Amino acid sequence: MGLFILRRSGIMIITALCLTFIVFFLTNLYPNLEKLAKTQGNFRMSEEEVASWLDNRGYTQPLLTKYGQWLGVLPGYVIESDSGDVRGKCIRDGIAPEEAPTYCGILQGDWGYSTVFQESAGEIIGTRLGLTGKLMFWVMVLMVPSALILGVLAGMREGSRTDRALSTVAITTTATPEYVSGVILIAVFASSAVGLKWFKGTATSAMESANFENFFLPVLTIALYGMGYIARMTRASMAEVMTAQYIRTARLKGVSFPNIVVKHALRNALIAPFTVIMLQFPWLLNGVVIVETLFNYKGFGWTLVQAAGNNDIELLLGVSVVSVIVVLVTQLISDIGYVYLNPRISVS
Amino acid sequence: MDPLSWGEIILRVLAQFTPVWISLVLLFVVSMLFKRRLGLYGKLFDSVIGMIGFALVMFWVFTGIYGAFDLIVTHDPLSQISAMKNKPPGTPVPGAAEEGLYPYYLFGGDNLARDVFSRMIKGSWVVVQIAPLATLFAFMVGITLGLPAGYFGGRLDTFLSFLANLILAFPVILLFYLLVTPEIVATGIPNYMATFLFIFPIVFAAVLLNSRYHTRPRLRTPLLIGVLGVLGWLYLSLISEVGSKVHVIPGFADLFDVPSGILVVFVSVVFVNSPTVFRIVRGLAMDIKTRDYVAAAQTRGEGTWYIMLWEILPNARGPLIVDFCLRIGYTTILLGTLGFFGLGLPPESPDWGTTINDGRRLLQIYLHPAIVPALSLLSLVLGLNLLADGLREESLKD
Repeated sequence: MGLFILRRSGIMIITALCLTFIVFFLTNLYPNLEKLAKTQGNFRMSEEEVASWLDNRGYTQPLLTKYGQWLGVLPGYVIESDSGDVRGKCIRDGIAPEEAPTYCGILQGDWGYSTVFQESAGEIIGTRLGLTGKLMFWVMVLMVPSALILGVLAGMREGSRTDRALSTVAITTTATPEYVSGVILIAVFASSAVGLKWFKGTATSAMESANFENFFLPVLTIALYGMGYIARMTRASMAEVMTAQYIRTARLKGVSFPNIVVKHALRNALIAPFTVIMLQFPWLLNGVVIVETLFNYKGFGWTLVQAAGNNDIELLLGVSVVSVIVVLVTQLISDIGYVYLNPRISVS
Repeated sequence: MDPLSWGEIILRVLAQFTPVWISLVLLFVVSMLFKRRLGLYGKLFDSVIGMIGFALVMFWVFTGIYGAFDLIVTHDPLSQISAMKNKPPGTPVPGAAEEGLYPYYLFGGDNLARDVFSRMIKGSWVVVQIAPLATLFAFMVGITLGLPAGYFGGRLDTFLSFLANLILAFPVILLFYLLVTPEIVATGIPNYMATFLFIFPIVFAAVLLNSRYHTRPRLRTPLLIGVLGVLGWLYLSLISEVGSKVHVIPGFADLFDVPSGILVVFVSVVFVNSPTVFRIVRGLAMDIKTRDYVAAAQTRGEGTWYIMLWEILPNARGPLIVDFCLRIGYTTILLGTLGFFGLGLPPESPDWGTTINDGRRLLQIYLHPAIVPALSLLSLVLGLNLLADGLREESLKD
């Protein structure tokens, strides 16, 4: 088991390195840098001005050197411009150039500097992740129990009318992407045109104080899309368990139906959904980006859109590191959990 | 003129769809009559869910095709009639009779005073054009790489699986933001990716035919030359574009031009979908290669590609067809996502994602510009999911 985790962690690090390098490569292509220079400097810069702007800020160094500096395995650049002021990767406001550290990369815990928000990227990611964490927590609270109940109810009597009805609900929610369900939910529950106005159409105020009125719609929107999928998995695995021999034995012994479902079937039926729930995290990340944009909730997904839209290189890299780690860690947990829940499978 | 009541709107919309209803009825009657002779497709008509799904899907397919020929649309999807800005459904168009226009905006006008109904119809054509084709390309890539990975295993499998997991670990939206921006298009990276990804169908066709007919060179050689010639020409016309980075054949030999925005969207959707297909095909190949008929083929001395493409692949068709339907739905969702973030497609494009994005800003006051495309997308994807469900049920029966 230890070896398995070790090997998976190794693969994880290689994957993260490859991915960040791809992001690094794409964001550092010259047209992107030109756009960055023009948005940061001014839009009417000439070709030469753009080139010198980029030169002064170390953007024109070779790609691998820049990547090494970002990682923290190569010393950060220090460039003296024609006018005499010294710029360096590790030199920030309030730190004298002489006292700045030589290495400042991800390995030293420095996530770089966001050009859009004019703040340290690490800090931005931290606060935004906290906000998204709050959103995800409530999504999980809503999604997992309702999906499992839906699946178990549908799967315990396969082919019955309840099963048909609940399966149709599950299929419909999987067919509704967040930007569709969000729009419909806002239209019905938050617009003045329908007039229900039960909830608020934006979740901006939920960043400080989340309550039912301003937070329920975004949570519901994300939860709905994932719910159908988990419910269908639960239903399939429940239906399979219900045809097993030991369930028939229990029935023949005269155990009541609710007892069979709760005591005999449920535990075995929940193994498959567990892995599915863990593997849903990457998909939820997508949903988070859409929902945070739609409801104007300034969390991690919103940051991703801002960073990507403005070619904010270091923030974008930070965002990709975090999301890659989230994806890979959940995969690892799902594999390990699968082994623990199902003694018939061993990793080696 | 008075605005239409809801009943009148519904009647007029139904009447506007007349060609679609006729085609649907014809299709269903013919299919029902011959359903015993049509294999899996015919069996679909035994399941109610499958039929509902199929009807929904074909409704949008017909709508898209007829819409492309300007049959169902009532107004030009781009023309603006300033008095109609944000007007509710059923509002009469002022001065329509003199100019020979359709007298009403059936589903109202959007923020730029364009007809919501016509834009919905035109939007379905974008989806019907791109989604199935992109899914097909993703399947070609996934199958061509997944079969050897699953069949041979070992280093090749480790390497390809690592690549697939690498792409899968990327948040899709981040990938779109990195690939589908004008700056990246200017560097030509999407064109190079298209050059690489679109070669897979040709490789697939070549290996497929060669492995089957290589014992009969007199049939194989002309067949291969013919098929590869046609496919190669299509391939070159698809990737080559006068004035872009990839420009290999002269303009007069170029059969069709794909607008660079559409090409980028197409490439990124194929790119995102193929790793998942790869994983499915790989899993199926690993499962099927242990069967007796594969062992029999190996003992007969069949070539490895023959076994993969003519023994394993046909026996994996059930799950693949089901996944194909689901994946078209997923591709539709992805296209909508791209439109929603305003990536790739031009801002005035009538596709559903872009329209939803335009409409959502005023959603609190005006519902119809965003709700109409949202419900259209929902019904199409729901139809595809139901169709997949029906197919799965029917293919499991025998």
